[in-house]
Amino acid sequence: MMIYRRVTVLLSALRAIAMVFAMVSVSLVSASAIAVTPEATTHEYKLGNGLKLIVKEDHRSPVVISQIWYKAGSIDEVNGVTGVAHVLEHMMFKGTKKFPGSEFSTLIAAAGGRENAFTSRDYTAYFQQLHKSRLPLAMQLESDRMRNLVLTKEEFAKEIEVVMEERRLRTDDQPRALVHEKMTATAIQSHPYRRPVIGWMNDLENMSVGDAQEWYDRWYAPNNAILVVVGDVNPGEVFALAQKYYGQIKSRTLLPLDKRKPQVEPKQLGIKRLTVKAPARLPYLAMSYHAPVLRNPAIDWEPYALEMLAGVLDGNESARLNKELVRERHIASSAGAGYDSTGRGPGMFYIDGTPSEGKTVADLEAALRGEIEKLVRDGVTDEELARVKAQIVASHVFQLDSMFAQAMQIGQMESIGLSYRDVDTMLKKLQAVTAEQVRDVAKKYLMDDSLTVAILDPQPLEQKPPSAAPAGLRH
Amino acid sequence: MHVMRLIFFLFLGVFSQWAFATLPIQHWQTSSGARVYFIESRDLPILDISIDFSAGSSTDTRDKSGRAAMTLHLLDLGAGGLSEDQIAKGLADIGARLNSHFDQDRAGIALRTLSSAREREQALDIFRRVIQHPEFDAKVMEREKVRAIAGLREADTKPGTIADRTLMKMLYGDHPYGLRGSGEIDSVSALQREDLVNLYRSLYTAPGAVVSIMGDMSRAEAEALAESLTKELTQEKAPYSLPDVAAPVADIKRIAHPATQSHILIAYPGLRRDDPDYFPLLVGNHILGGGAFTSRLMEEIRQKRGLAYSVHSQFSPLRKEGPFEIGLQTRKDQSEEALALTRKVLADFVAGGPTEKELTAAKQNIIGSFPLRIDSNKKIIGYLAMIGFYNLPLTYLDDYVKSVEKVTVPQIKETFQRRINPAGMVTVVVGAEEKK
Repeated sequence: MMIYRRVTVLLSALRAIAMVFAMVSVSLVSASAIAVTPEATTHEYKLGNGLKLIVKEDHRSPVVISQIWYKAGSIDEVNGVTGVAHVLEHMMFKGTKKFPGSEFSTLIAAAGGRENAFTSRDYTAYFQQLHKSRLPLAMQLESDRMRNLVLTKEEFAKEIEVVMEERRLRTDDQPRALVHEKMTATAIQSHPYRRPVIGWMNDLENMSVGDAQEWYDRWYAPNNAILVVVGDVNPGEVFALAQKYYGQIKSRTLLPLDKRKPQVEPKQLGIKRLTVKAPARLPYLAMSYHAPVLRNPAIDWEPYALEMLAGVLDGNESARLNKELVRERHIASSAGAGYDSTGRGPGMFYIDGTPSEGKTVADLEAALRGEIEKLVRDGVTDEELARVKAQIVASHVFQLDSMFAQAMQIGQMESIGLSYRDVDTMLKKLQAVTAEQVRDVAKKYLMDDSLTVAILDPQPLEQKPPSAAPAGLRH
Repeated sequence: MHVMRLIFFLFLGVFSQWAFATLPIQHWQTSSGARVYFIESRDLPILDISIDFSAGSSTDTRDKSGRAAMTLHLLDLGAGGLSEDQIAKGLADIGARLNSHFDQDRAGIALRTLSSAREREQALDIFRRVIQHPEFDAKVMEREKVRAIAGLREADTKPGTIADRTLMKMLYGDHPYGLRGSGEIDSVSALQREDLVNLYRSLYTAPGAVVSIMGDMSRAEAEALAESLTKELTQEKAPYSLPDVAAPVADIKRIAHPATQSHILIAYPGLRRDDPDYFPLLVGNHILGGGAFTSRLMEEIRQKRGLAYSVHSQFSPLRKEGPFEIGLQTRKDQSEEALALTRKVLADFVAGGPTEKELTAAKQNIIGSFPLRIDSNKKIIGYLAMIGFYNLPLTYLDDYVKSVEKVTVPQIKETFQRRINPAGMVTVVVGAEEKK
């Protein structure tokens, strides 16, 4: 199996449905099943230095996952050093005084552990999965590199090459990823979400170890972090371990989430269009509309209605886009929609698709707009809504089969300034969304003035004859 | 009962080792001859079921390449009097999910549903029809062919796909393992409804079926379920034979591509599921390039030189020798350097074997991480299906740990030298370095 380490998580485009399903909670399932409620098994603590600890018990298997989440992602970067959050994430595996070089990975591996890390727009997180008896080791190592990381020019020079290879692999040589990168940079004019998590190539080429050091010194502190532990553990014992290993680390002066600049995006005043040319065979169309995100889970209603809207369009094989455009009218060979209701920055509602053979992106765009018009005109049926709601409930129960997913849910909520407890509220509010509300948000947000349309214009692959093997190596 | 908590551990010898009680797998045959593997687990209100057949891409021929995948794909697009739309809605209404598994050997379909009565009954009703009465509607098939062909056209522009497809042809020649699962544009275009119906009737049979059940259900219910899932399948066992895999002709292909990176793949025939060399090769590969970030390849290619984001080596065991493959992607102008270095790492490993220290570390990781392999219903049913499909002993997971423990340095060295010939590998570089 290929394991990607230090993965860049792009939580934007078209993964929102998965996010909805990952973001809902258990309590409404009470009738069908679950004996344990989150209140009974989830425990929250705070250390004197500001570190928040959340422990969720899951005693099905003698294992544990430990994740540390830092409230620093690409949203906190400035121009010229885009990608530094993710680069630092890579550098976090390069050693401390106490555990130099790749000791961290060697020790976790020898303990039978798995580890990795990921960076998104809103946060950077690191995790270890291991037998429950090895949790102290994970805590010892993770707490050590919260403060004692040693960054050197030599290691940085090599690792920045790795990151540039990662960018080539995931973005530069992936036509659709390029479309999304450029669409996002077009749709969003000023907010930092316009920049890719992996960073612009030129910024990577000009990044220095000093940039990474500055980032580390600024954001890596207990009062900017959440430790999430899920598994076959005793919460009191985990708290004692956290105090032992993390308790000595001094807090830093840094801006809490609500004191960072809001950088509210100026209103878009008309449709934007762009074309991306890249080697491919099929054209591709992506559309993004500005949309709100959840700020107050108990009061807001629009984000829930938008989640439902995405589910009605693309929540299952018989949802509207696949049924109408792919299966019945043969206009698209695939079509989808997505929306993520949570995030520190502005929201987007996405629709995308690939035209069928013989159809153009213009045909597809017309058909997608037709579906939106239908939504605004006729609304959605109660049957469609009930279907999306049933999937949300089931998905939550299924999520309980994965400790990783449970930890992710807690960490994502907490690191963007919400609480894991809000998940219950969110599920209730999702279940309460009405057909009328769905129609209202469709009408209000899926409109041309806030739309950006991106198309992939496929370019032929040059068929040059391959070169013979070169005589020697070049450096 | 906490099924997954049956694991306990002891301290033995120089590092901590794990001893395992076997997962409580129950096994029987249905009256129709299907083999059933079942674990009861009441921790979560979830039921997982999968059913597998020897109907993977190795049952295709060159001119029918893609047939087996298309057959599996069409199972839930109209079955037992339900349209594709009724099936999709029926499942979505209760939050149930169907997933398929497809490789050279195997075609499988899996259901995950809530175990509460209403949800379970509706999901199983649909699942029974999908397994036993797929309709292969001609119109649906035509549409799906068109979509599949569009997908192939797009895939064939991607350097990773081009590399993989070229590599498999070089590695396996005329052996059906060399065929691409999703087929080729011409062969998929030529598929007829009859092709799928014939494949379904001859290979989706009760005696060839392996039913795996995991979760919130009693033995009696599982027995009834397995009967009802297989009683209306073809009852005759189909003859099945797969040719042996021959050593490939050593070769390298360099293919031009406009991408910024070269995709490099190197391969050789590797492991069979019942291979006596399974564990020395598996553990050895962990040291060479399988152990995520502590392997030799990762160290030399990524950590020391920053040549690639991802580099790996892996064995994919199949009924016959599945591929042993090394892969990486790197900036075009350094692809020959990376290729030469990769070859050197492999050649050194085969010639010299691992060190004692490396072996100890590999064992610690493989054995120590064993609990993580079976910490969810989803992972366990994957093992059930694999054990059942390849007729492995029910103590497979138990034996796994013991077998890893027994592997020695000389054994890894001897086995790699006998099984992997660094000079005989097939190699593909897509996005080859261009002449200046």
